[in-house]
Amino acid sequence: MLLNQFLLLSAALFCIGVYGVLARKNGVMVLMSIELILNAVNINLLAFSYRNGGDAAGHVFALFVIAVAAAEVAVGLAIVLLIYRNRRSIALDELSQMKG
Amino acid sequence: MVLAAESVAQNISFAIIAVMMVGAALRVVTTKNVVHAALWLVVVLSGAAAIYILLAAEFVAVTQVLVYIGAVMVLFLFGTMLTRAQVGKSTDTDNANRAPAVLVAALLLGTVGYVVVDAFSDERLPTGVVPVPTSDVSDTLFSTYSIPFWALSILLTAAAIGAIVLARRD
Repeated sequence: MLLNQFLLLSAALFCIGVYGVLARKNGVMVLMSIELILNAVNINLLAFSYRNGGDAAGHVFALFVIAVAAAEVAVGLAIVLLIYRNRRSIALDELSQMKG
Repeated sequence: MVLAAESVAQNISFAIIAVMMVGAALRVVTTKNVVHAALWLVVVLSGAAAIYILLAAEFVAVTQVLVYIGAVMVLFLFGTMLTRAQVGKSTDTDNANRAPAVLVAALLLGTVGYVVVDAFSDERLPTGVVPVPTSDVSDTLFSTYSIPFWALSILLTAAAIGAIVLARRD
C-alpha cells in the first residue's frame, strides 16, 4: 500500500466536506459535512501512525478527534434546535441579523 | 510471496472501500433529502472504520462504530426529526453559493493533491505492521497525553451541560 492512496482519499473527503459546508442551507446538513471533514483528518492521522510502524500517539489523537466531534455535534444540534424554535426554519442563509 | 499476496488483497479492499466512501460522501452533500444524507453518512463512516482496520487501528475502528454510527447518527436523526425538516424531498437544500463552493473545493483538492503527491510521491507503507495493541493506546493516552485527556473530559462535560441548557424549554 502506498501512503499517498490514503492521503488522497482523505483529501477528497475533506474537499467534499468543505463543499458541503459552503453550499448547504440546512443546518443539520452542514453539521454532517463537518463530520466528513473530521473523518478525513482521522484517516490522515492513522495513515501517518501506520507509516511510523504503528505509533500509538496517532491513535490517541484520532480518539481525541472522535470525542471532540461528539461534543461538537451535541452543541451544534442544540444550537440548530434553538434556531428552529426561534425562527421556525433552519435555513442558515436567512440568519443575517448580525450583518453590518 | 505471502507478503505480496497480502498487499494485493489490501489494495483491492482499499480500492473498493475508497470508491464506496467517495461516492457516498458525494451523495451526502448533493442529496435533497435530509434523512438520505444521514443514511449515506453511515456508509461513509463505516467505510472509514474499515480503512482504520486496514491501517491496523482496531480500537479506533470499534470506537468509530460505537460513537459515530451508534451515537452521532442517532443525534442527527433526532435533530432532523425535532427541526421537522421535510422528510421527503425538499427543493432548496443548497444556498446561492453553489458555484463558488464547487470552485473552492476543486481548487483545494488540486492544491492538497499536488502537495501530497509532491511530498510522498511513491512512498510505500511498511509491510507487516502488527495491529497496535489496545494496551499501547491506553498506556500512551494515560501517561504522555493525560493532561489533554483531562482537558477533553472537562470539554465533554461542558458540552453536554451546554447542550442541555441550550435545548431545554424554560
